[in-house]
Amino acid sequence: MLIYTLRRILTMIPILFLVSIVVFTLALAMPGDALSGQINPADSSPEYIEEMREELGLNDPVYVQYGRWISDIVQWDFGRSFTHRMDVTELIGTRLPNTILLSVMSLVITYILAFFMGRYAGRNPYTKGDYTIQGVNYLMLAIPSFVAALFAIFIFAFQLGWFPATGSVGSGLETGSLAYWGSKLYHTFLPALVLGMLVTASYTQFLRNDIIESAQKDYVRTARAKGTSENEIYNKHILRNSIIPIVTLFGFDIASIIGGAVIIETIFSYRGIGELLVSSISNRDSAVTMAIFLMLSIATLIGNLLADLLYGIIDPRIRVE
Amino acid sequence: MSSQDILLEVKNLHTGFNIDGRVHHAVKDVSFSVKPKEVVCIVGESGCGKSVMSLSVMNLLPKHNGKIDKGEILFEGRDLAPLSEKEMNAIRGKDISMIFQEPMTALNPVLTIGYQLDEVLINHTTISKEEIRRKSVSLLKQVGISRADQIVNEYPHQLSGGMRQRVMIAIAIACQPKLLIADEPTTALDVTVQAQILELIGKIQEEVGMAVLLITHDLGVVAEMADRVVVMYAGQVVEETDVDRLFYEPKHPYTKALLHSIPKMDEKRDVLNTIEGIVPSLKNMPEKGCRFADRCPAAMDVCREVDPLLGETDKGHAVRCFLYEESFPQNSDKRAEVQ
Ligand SMILES: Nc1ncnc2c1ncn2[C@@H]1O[C@H](COP(=O)(O)OP(=O)(O)O)[C@@H](O)[C@H]1O
Ligand code: SF4
Ligand SMILES: [Mg+2]
Repeated sequence: MLIYTLRRILTMIPILFLVSIVVFTLALAMPGDALSGQINPADSSPEYIEEMREELGLNDPVYVQYGRWISDIVQWDFGRSFTHRMDVTELIGTRLPNTILLSVMSLVITYILAFFMGRYAGRNPYTKGDYTIQGVNYLMLAIPSFVAALFAIFIFAFQLGWFPATGSVGSGLETGSLAYWGSKLYHTFLPALVLGMLVTASYTQFLRNDIIESAQKDYVRTARAKGTSENEIYNKHILRNSIIPIVTLFGFDIASIIGGAVIIETIFSYRGIGELLVSSISNRDSAVTMAIFLMLSIATLIGNLLADLLYGIIDPRIRVE
Repeated sequence: MSSQDILLEVKNLHTGFNIDGRVHHAVKDVSFSVKPKEVVCIVGESGCGKSVMSLSVMNLLPKHNGKIDKGEILFEGRDLAPLSEKEMNAIRGKDISMIFQEPMTALNPVLTIGYQLDEVLINHTTISKEEIRRKSVSLLKQVGISRADQIVNEYPHQLSGGMRQRVMIAIAIACQPKLLIADEPTTALDVTVQAQILELIGKIQEEVGMAVLLITHDLGVVAEMADRVVVMYAGQVVEETDVDRLFYEPKHPYTKALLHSIPKMDEKRDVLNTIEGIVPSLKNMPEKGCRFADRCPAAMDVCREVDPLLGETDKGHAVRCFLYEESFPQNSDKRAEVQ
């Protein structure tokens, strides 16, 4: 297992290298560069601009620029954001905790909802309850997340007033106080719910179908033949099998949640990484954009690694190899 | 015989499947009985309803389409057919156990062997966890598994088919049942392993003092194990007798055909496909008459018109065939109380 883990981590290195090239190329392809946002071409002389470009190394060959970027990153220097006038690392540091909170909460909500809905529907297939759950599922799958986000804001924030419509924390609260954290959770709930919607629906559906299928398996008949109760059969024999594939999908969720967070954070004006990415792109703040791109890619890679490792830990058939 | 002498008595059992809105009977009017410590074999080709019959006894039919329609399953005089799931659970694994044809899929792949063995003891005893585990290890030893201390912590995929079937036997005998139902326990195994498993079942049967209802399509197995034999064809009992008379005085044309199809020593064991024709599927069952008529070399006109009854020709020998006058409905007063 340890060797396997190490090997997996080693194979990530060339992938990371590729990712960095892609991110760098994307940044090059985007209109504007590190300079264009910082000076106003209208009141700078072309000579001055050219001088600055030379100084910033923007006229160097592409591979030199790439090498410089990478070596900076290795030294944990991601450059400076000109719109926020601070180091990119510091800037991301202020936003990252919010996104992490949002993702974790979204995963927790997803797993809890999917577990209970999937288990119920799987144990009582073709009943009213099952049909209701399936109906909700289809809605969650069919509605694009930004539409759902708008609906959620409209219904739960404006109409019912249960949750705040925007922001990531209430104002005037002392950082770190209990009320502060309460307000954070309160602000995060609605976007987290919407963010996890797609994954919730697919897990619920998956769990339901897998439970129905597993209930026909020979080993379930064996358990019955031993006099094992229906509850035990579902909770021990069937769920143990059905949960495995879901846990292994966990890593992929991270990827999908990261992607979703960009949209959801923007709609809810939730001050996280996703919202920062969108605003940086529109401000042509390329240092920030590149750093976030790189970070999201790495997070996705780690998610996949986690998926594999979890699979190994949880499934005895893989564990021994 | 008095009812104390009988452990299991199946009476006029009808088990049906709902297929496209219609009920088709896979087991139609089956009656037989098993005495304590007796080995009764049920033989018949694939598709004759042997598994459905044994699952009916355990009340383990697939819930969505299978159902006992009629008849009684008397175990120590108590009818199991109408019992609830909960009442059945008190009996399954304790008084009646079952092992299945497919050892490769019969165990849960993600639970340890120890867990799956402990479970049956947890279900039916009140002894402590440590004692249960000790008992599980000794059960594994009893079924001939060495390294039992390690095996309890292993998973099914780490064991061979033969080993898994031994584990299944260990689970089945854990609570010293009065009846073991073994549904083709060796069919999926290699020939050498088959012999070992049969030997083990025979040995355990004596140690535990239980009755065995052994389902097989292999008459070699019957010769080796059985006290009495029930021959099934297309969901019905066509002949029932003791093992000697089955081999030396078979009566039903189907039994004779089965015996005929046993290969000689040097032939490949490809047993039952040698009888011409196939067992009719549930949907193609003849509406009336003898169900074997299409394949029977002795078939007469009456065979396609009238349903033959299971009638006792000699004491302890019953047959369902118009070659014997006991099978005619007008003689039904002579019809055996097949018990
Ligand atoms: N779950 C089921 N649904 C519908 N038909 C079934 C089912 N199980 C068995 N049957 C049918 O019942 C008949 C008897 O099957 P089975 O008892 O498995 O035969 P055997 O064990 O003697 O080989 C077969 O025709 C089979 O197709
Ligand atoms: S009843 Fe007729 S068809 Fe059926 S087995 Fe006897 S002789 Fe053959
Ligand atoms: Mg069978």
